[in-house]
Amino acid sequence: MRTILYILQKEFIQVFRDKTMLPIIFVVPIVQLLILSYTATFEIKNIDLVVVDHDKSVVSAKIVSKFSGSAFFNFKGVVDSYEEGENSLRNDYADQVIVVEPGFERNLQLEKQAHIQVVTNAINGSAASLMSAYSISIIADFNREIIVDAFPLANIELPISTQPNFWYNPELNYMTFMVPGILVLLVTIIGMFLSGMNLVKEKEIGTIEQINVTPIKKYQFIAGKLLPFWVIANIDLAIGLLMAYLVFQIPVVGSLPLLFGVASVYLVAILSIGLFISTMTNTIQQSMFISWFFLVVFILMSGLFTPIESMPNWAQDLNYINPVAYFIKINRMIMLKGSGFTDFARDFYLLLIYAVSVLSFAIFRYKKRI
Amino acid sequence: MKDDDHIIVVENLVKKFGSFVANDNLNFFVKRGEIFGFLGANGAGKTTAIKILSGLSKPSSGKANVAGFDVGRQSEKVKRNIGYMSQRFSLYDDLTVKENFRFYGGIYGLSAKAIKQKTAHLLQKLDMLDYKDMLLSKIPLGWKQKLAFSVAVMHDPAVVFLDEPTGGVDPITRRQFWELIYDKASEGTTIFVTTHYMDEAEYCERVSIMSEGRIEALDTPSNLKKKYRVNTMDEVFVRIARSDT
Repeated sequence: MRTILYILQKEFIQVFRDKTMLPIIFVVPIVQLLILSYTATFEIKNIDLVVVDHDKSVVSAKIVSKFSGSAFFNFKGVVDSYEEGENSLRNDYADQVIVVEPGFERNLQLEKQAHIQVVTNAINGSAASLMSAYSISIIADFNREIIVDAFPLANIELPISTQPNFWYNPELNYMTFMVPGILVLLVTIIGMFLSGMNLVKEKEIGTIEQINVTPIKKYQFIAGKLLPFWVIANIDLAIGLLMAYLVFQIPVVGSLPLLFGVASVYLVAILSIGLFISTMTNTIQQSMFISWFFLVVFILMSGLFTPIESMPNWAQDLNYINPVAYFIKINRMIMLKGSGFTDFARDFYLLLIYAVSVLSFAIFRYKKRI
Repeated sequence: MKDDDHIIVVENLVKKFGSFVANDNLNFFVKRGEIFGFLGANGAGKTTAIKILSGLSKPSSGKANVAGFDVGRQSEKVKRNIGYMSQRFSLYDDLTVKENFRFYGGIYGLSAKAIKQKTAHLLQKLDMLDYKDMLLSKIPLGWKQKLAFSVAVMHDPAVVFLDEPTGGVDPITRRQFWELIYDKASEGTTIFVTTHYMDEAEYCERVSIMSEGRIEALDTPSNLKKKYRVNTMDEVFVRIARSDT
């Protein structure tokens, strides 16, 4: 035990003496949280809209003003021909083009039926369906106004009325959803890279040989490499939670000790992955490359941006070995829903098994012989 | 237990890397308290052998016993009883002199008090007490090597392995370094040292000369010079290295 204390003392001195790394460790996560939370959004705003108005009537002008008055649309102007509209889609001037047919007003009044075409750039499919849904709802709104104008006395109530009720995030604020996930992301990056880099660095500068020739136990050495960054990542998480509360007004609904308890287990898993990778590599470059590879896969599959439930079955199964997915899920549950331990006990135990296994692998894989 | 006077006993030691034989059937012993020179050209297999003897690498076959323990099966026990200083500088540049001593002393299980005393004692010997709070990165190479030696013997090991400890060090500092070695040997510590400087070979009580994985000669420097009828170890070395090519 005393040996571990001497190792820890050395590691902490080295971490806090490194004047380039220190700000990175504490400032970078904050910057990440601030930038990502604002930018990683699913809301579609500022849709660039061009209208091809073949009709140039009072009604078509009304439609244009409906769109340009909407907060979601960024009205870029009216053009005369369909070709111009198509061009503006092609060169990304517009995200959506609305085409009003010739004789729109006349058709509406005489035939009680008229057509509007909505063309959307659908390179990003989910964004496109949202954009299209927005325009359709604006047009539906406009439809209703026309009906009310025409038949002021008609009852246009629908037989079934729905009253949506959004729990845990009543304002459907995307930041509320993103911030807990991004918090996980930033402790993950700090944890996985710092621990791994630290061990490989000893290989690169050659000090590991001197260590290997001492009677140091393998678990002592790994513990010495793990604990400092485990502490640092937990501090980063605390800073992140404070920022989430102060900047984004996202309090932790659930229990804070519970959250840190889960984080502690999670961090052992993540740090051990970093250490495991670095026991197999000889240079910082190799270890960085492999860490990045796993991290990118872990993050993209973690459910941070896209719901895990909509992934194919094999991908969902793959997430059993994705520690990031466990913690993002649990962190959202604790922070937003106030879930208690029993609500995620199964995930927690899996994470625990995960952490213990990877840690054992890392200790096993670290060779004191060459 | 082997003959108690022999702190290192090597029997039929072979180390292969694939089809390459780095150590080809080595047989020798080192006496307790001896300064043993382990010479050979680059690539002769010195470092491989020293790594096996210090428990860093496993022999392919044969046996080696260091300080009473088998290097193949009891490498961690061997490690407790040896000191090791490698070609590559191995103290931490971002720690101070004192912190380096404390760390290694701690790993070897010295008490806090012992660490303090040892550090003061060893630094005093090096006349470096005033530098104890200086970062290693600020200290010149020759001094660092002397510090590395002091750290390697801090826990009073039975044997110290020195793998080219004076590489790149100026002649005056080399002489001081050898004074440290003599000083430690006089306390009964066995010194196992590799070097490319033949004047240093003269300081050893016995030397072995390796070539292509085999030990070609092993005797006292004066006997070797007599045997090859030359005046310096330098000429002995060239004879053996040349006879081989």
